[in-house]
Amino acid sequence: MEDEMKDKDRKSGSGKNEMKREEAGKNKTSRKPPEKKKEEPFRERFIVSSSPHIHDGRTTSSIMRLVIFALLPAALFSIYIFGVTSLRVIVISICSALVFELLALRIMKRPVNISDDSAFLTGLLLALNLPPGSPWWLVVTGTFFAIVVAKQIFGGLGYNPFNPALIGRVVLLVSFPVHMTRWIAPSAWGADAVTTATPLGRMAESLDTLGHIDMDLIRELFSREEIINLLIGNTAGCIGEVSIILLAAGGIFLIAKKVISWHIPVSFIGSVWLLTGIFYKIDPAHYINPTFHVLSGGLFLGAIFMATDYVTSPMTSSGKIIFGIGCGLITVLIRLFGVYPEGVSFAILLMNAATPLIDRYTKPKVFGARKAA
Amino acid sequence: MAGGFFGGVHPEYNKELSRGKSIRVMPLPEQLTVYFSQNLGAPSNAVVKKGEEVKKGQVIAQPGGFVSTPVHSPTSGKIKSTGFYPSPVGTLMEAAVIIPDGRDEWEEGCDRERDTAGLTSDEIKDIVKEAGIVGMGGATFPTHVKLSPPEDKPIDILILNGAECEPYLTSDHRLMLEKTEEILEGASLFARAINVKNIVVAIEKNKPGAIEKMREAVEGRDGFSVEPMEVIYPQGAEKQLIYSITGRKVPAGGLPMEAGALVQNVGTCLAAFEAARLSRPLIQRVVAVTGSGIKNPGNVLARVGTSFRDIIDFCGGMTDDTAKVISGGPMMGVSQYSLDSAVNKGTSGIVLLKADEVAQFENEPCIRCGRCLVVCPMKLNPSALSIFAERMRYEETGEHGVADCIECGSCAYVCPSKRPLVQHFKRAKAEIRNRSKKAG
Ligand code: SF4
Ligand code: SF4
Repeated sequence: MEDEMKDKDRKSGSGKNEMKREEAGKNKTSRKPPEKKKEEPFRERFIVSSSPHIHDGRTTSSIMRLVIFALLPAALFSIYIFGVTSLRVIVISICSALVFELLALRIMKRPVNISDDSAFLTGLLLALNLPPGSPWWLVVTGTFFAIVVAKQIFGGLGYNPFNPALIGRVVLLVSFPVHMTRWIAPSAWGADAVTTATPLGRMAESLDTLGHIDMDLIRELFSREEIINLLIGNTAGCIGEVSIILLAAGGIFLIAKKVISWHIPVSFIGSVWLLTGIFYKIDPAHYINPTFHVLSGGLFLGAIFMATDYVTSPMTSSGKIIFGIGCGLITVLIRLFGVYPEGVSFAILLMNAATPLIDRYTKPKVFGARKAA
Repeated sequence: MAGGFFGGVHPEYNKELSRGKSIRVMPLPEQLTVYFSQNLGAPSNAVVKKGEEVKKGQVIAQPGGFVSTPVHSPTSGKIKSTGFYPSPVGTLMEAAVIIPDGRDEWEEGCDRERDTAGLTSDEIKDIVKEAGIVGMGGATFPTHVKLSPPEDKPIDILILNGAECEPYLTSDHRLMLEKTEEILEGASLFARAINVKNIVVAIEKNKPGAIEKMREAVEGRDGFSVEPMEVIYPQGAEKQLIYSITGRKVPAGGLPMEAGALVQNVGTCLAAFEAARLSRPLIQRVVAVTGSGIKNPGNVLARVGTSFRDIIDFCGGMTDDTAKVISGGPMMGVSQYSLDSAVNKGTSGIVLLKADEVAQFENEPCIRCGRCLVVCPMKLNPSALSIFAERMRYEETGEHGVADCIECGSCAYVCPSKRPLVQHFKRAKAEIRNRSKKAG
């Protein structure tokens, strides 16, 4: 039996297997009775490999392309509302991500293969996590940390413990806080860009100065217009985080295409909504309406496109729910009690670190396994 | 409808290629290569030598233990040589090359009608054993062993496996349509042998014709019922099938009898009928010859020992761009390096694929997408298992349950990194076996 097994495994076979194969060849010519037909060409031609012999056709790069496709509406919309400045950041980010990937693969002598589109996706994701007016050097520094430090140094695709785009963003946030919070108002086609604050930023600021929530600001922010603005993305913020509707549409597309499952986005967004709702119920003068929390600060972008990154999130459904709730909890803690107005990126990175642990404790139980006594 | 189990995949079934083709009897080829060992378990031992004359149905190899079966000559003729020849399982196997004399003369005692009504349980088991019957779905596990459960493991349900969940394959489908009564007769014998009253014919819903035919045929037969099954691979795997039908789980590492169930392939039932009623040992079987690489796909009744080359020629030959020849289905079958491989008792199909249909697997890193976890019907973690196997940490693959892997291939089928997962698991199992052998 072992022999059969080994032989079946020829494709990645050890030297021993190859030998066996040799033998097989010899045997056929020496011991076989004369052939009615020549069979040599057949043996050359057939592919011999282990089962299964068919594949459903979905590859790493086809998955990456679907995610990129799902992000496109939000990215295009950001170009529409922020103008060329947004397009500039996106293009610089993708290009420099690809260049860093190529260089890193060369230097580390890994097979140079950027056809899996993962570097492209990282570049796009990072751009969507930056303010529209970011200077070029900021973007390039970000992609350097994302691709070289967070991904390739750890061993490349599949081995990175943290989401590369988020590492890029958080390094920038910590190193260049001023540049990273210089927002421009929407509909600013280049020249007349006005610096402004994100809705969540304004809220945090007013809380800081007044000690309670400014009711006028609330009224302004909660006017139907503002909520609609938040939904469609007519507001200040990072390039990709502003249009909730388009991000959600991308998410639904990915779930329908079975690229991601609902577990992380739903548990993440749901727990943010629930937790901020509890605080709001207890003390509405100090805490912001949960709907507002959910619709702002890059939660959708993070929950749908960053937290669901395969490499850095748990593999089982139960693990994903734990992960999503953890992300939600940390986000809320940072937003309500931390120094940053939004905490999505930090929350996801912290939960990335917990992923191996979650995986260990949510290991599937083998079919038919007896319950531990 | 009996439904599901955890996991599973939906590959393209491609059954239409040969589904509508009636079983054709293949004429006696010029020579037959009959392997001395045709079953899972202990190999059988040759009892004939080069130059000897044999009769159809004569024993040419004796069982090498309890979990083993005799092998019979598929026709009358002369043993031209014995030696090691390429076999469908991928290795060289000892076999006899028989040159038929064309008379096709039965061994004395074979091919006589027998009244099966009075057969006792033990008599049925003996007949099955002596006829060399093995599981014909591909596993080739000796059938008489399955019919001999230990006293403390009572069986209360017999499941006829007509799921045929492997893509392309249609031999069981055709059998159910063309040999309906015989299959049910054979099943009754099995039921009598293990004393069960409840017999379920399990057929995937994509074979409505077979379901209907079986439904008509079981009418008026006590204890029989037909259960249409959800179309999902691997519905026909024993443990999954038992769970779908009865809701009982076969314990990990355990045998179906521990869930009180006996599963028999429909082809095996037919073989049992022919053995009991007609005193014919198992010397032929239906093979689906299909795939885009065969010019004239169909279902062929071929003798054990017929070379793949002869069968392919009989089906019009293969196209020039055929890149892979598989013994069995594309999910679990074994790719062939030689057309000299010959049909054995487990050869359910020969599938010929073109290069662009053949999956190529590479050792790319796992991107932890979790798709393999979702589809694994044994609820394993193929990702973790494969990483351990890759690093040659075989002990850990054992701890993570590699022994429970049924090698169904669902995980590799969906892996976007195209990791050769099943290959890793086969190697890990072999390594673990080797080590325990050395230690023992
Ligand atoms: S081949 Fe093994 S590990 Fe893969 S899905 Fe099937 S049972 Fe699970
Ligand atoms: S399907 Fe492949 S890439 Fe995805 S988790 Fe499993 S082994 Fe890894």
